[in-house]
Amino acid sequence: MSAPLPVPTPAVSAEAEEFWAATAEGRLLLRRCDDCGTVIWYPRAHCPACGSQRTSWTQASGKGTVYTFTVVHRSMLEGFRDALPYVIAYVELEEGPRVLTNVVDCDPASVEVGMPVSVVFHDTGTGRALFRFRPA
Amino acid sequence: MSIRGKAFIAGAFEHPLREIPDRSTHQVVAEVALGALADAGLSLSDVDGYFCDASLGFGPLSMVDYLGIHPTHVDSTETGGSSYVVHVGHAAEAIAAGSCSVALVAMAGRPRSTAMRRPTVDEPTPDAVFESLWGMSGAVNGYALAATRHMHEFGTTSAQLAEVKVAASLHAQHNPNAFLPKPVTVEEVLDSPMISSPLHRQDCCVVTDGGGAVVVVSPEVARQLGRTSVKVLGHGETVKHADNGRIDLTYTGAVVSGPRAFEEAGVTPADIDYASIYDSFTITVIETIEDLGFCAKGEGGRFVSDGALVAPDGRLPFNTDGGGLCNNHPSNRGGMTKIIEAVRQLRGEAHEAVQVPDCTIALAHGTGGSIGTRMGSATLILGTADA
Repeated sequence: MSAPLPVPTPAVSAEAEEFWAATAEGRLLLRRCDDCGTVIWYPRAHCPACGSQRTSWTQASGKGTVYTFTVVHRSMLEGFRDALPYVIAYVELEEGPRVLTNVVDCDPASVEVGMPVSVVFHDTGTGRALFRFRPA
Repeated sequence: MSIRGKAFIAGAFEHPLREIPDRSTHQVVAEVALGALADAGLSLSDVDGYFCDASLGFGPLSMVDYLGIHPTHVDSTETGGSSYVVHVGHAAEAIAAGSCSVALVAMAGRPRSTAMRRPTVDEPTPDAVFESLWGMSGAVNGYALAATRHMHEFGTTSAQLAEVKVAASLHAQHNPNAFLPKPVTVEEVLDSPMISSPLHRQDCCVVTDGGGAVVVVSPEVARQLGRTSVKVLGHGETVKHADNGRIDLTYTGAVVSGPRAFEEAGVTPADIDYASIYDSFTITVIETIEDLGFCAKGEGGRFVSDGALVAPDGRLPFNTDGGGLCNNHPSNRGGMTKIIEAVRQLRGEAHEAVQVPDCTIALAHGTGGSIGTRMGSATLILGTADA
């Protein structure tokens, strides 16, 4: 039986401070452009679609589908090394962006492209949580 | 301004070693630089342009000092493994613009002998914050994500990916310096340990110490040299990235760099006699040959499955030195060795078992960073002097 996935603490930039604060409350935030409506990922202060600097936070549904994934069988990373095999995936959120993450709470061999997933939060113990996904 | 015919590769040198525990990386750079200059019939004092990546201390500053050269043009564009393909293009532009006439492009690294050192930064980049949390252990995971999606959309199979490794290994058996000189079969690739699905160990390139260098010169300098020079015909470069979370993992930056290089060179994919295709992983080759137009998007797996990549008789002879998959991937950056083997082919100096007959136009393509997030892509088209 492998160990659970480690929950590393993210470094927090000024642009993403509210994002990480919300994860501690179990909310997944997305930055959205006030001018053209584009949903922005990864979080940043300006809109890469139209160049506007008027952007604000919106709450995501936390639902998505697996765009692609890999089952990792060899890892050099401390902690992750003990949790093999584990799944890294791009999950396409309902709101559009494809976010890099882990798919958890299931047999890695059961993960498929297109599989519906929903967000779960793993507490880092530092006032921030990691957004991961499990089969919906 | 087109660079077509404005610059020539007059010298090329690949370091013969694959494990170098007992020298400094600066020393290895000097060895390949001197090797390439000697190949061209030039010396350090002739060099007035220097091109390098940013891994050895303030771009060119430390190495220019160490080598003792006095350049009037320097460039340390850093796009990972594609850097040196970019550099040859930039060297040709600098020569065409008159800012130098003998450009030295040199690189080396020793990842096999030293833990891979990454530049330390005080503040992580905004993208890294969101990508470093999920257990990405080296480049393989990002390429595996691309391979899964390519298989899903186009029906590409693991056996088709393995054909890329098989072709490289058939070439490597003729290279006495190759790190993995033994031919392998599709079954052996599929039976090798799974690293990050769907990529097996033998879908991955080697980790080697070493380096390489080329010398790019003006037509006037090339004419004065006794050595056969290779003409720079065209070049294209780009950065392909995560595109605001809309990343599409089924294509690479070659969709931009390739057409630009072909247009500048005035040739088409059908004109390419030999291709050096960056082969960090087998999937890198499949996606790149599609994006360069050697086959339709999604057809890469089927294209390689009948020996198309095997020299000298395949439809697209590739990586006749054994490539990054079997020969050499110095400093975890394969762009330089891609250029060097293309130069060997155009000079008729590849091993006779893999020399493409009448090789007059060759392509060298570099890939840097990660196909899974953001990558540099650079395409170089080279020809014989009369091409």
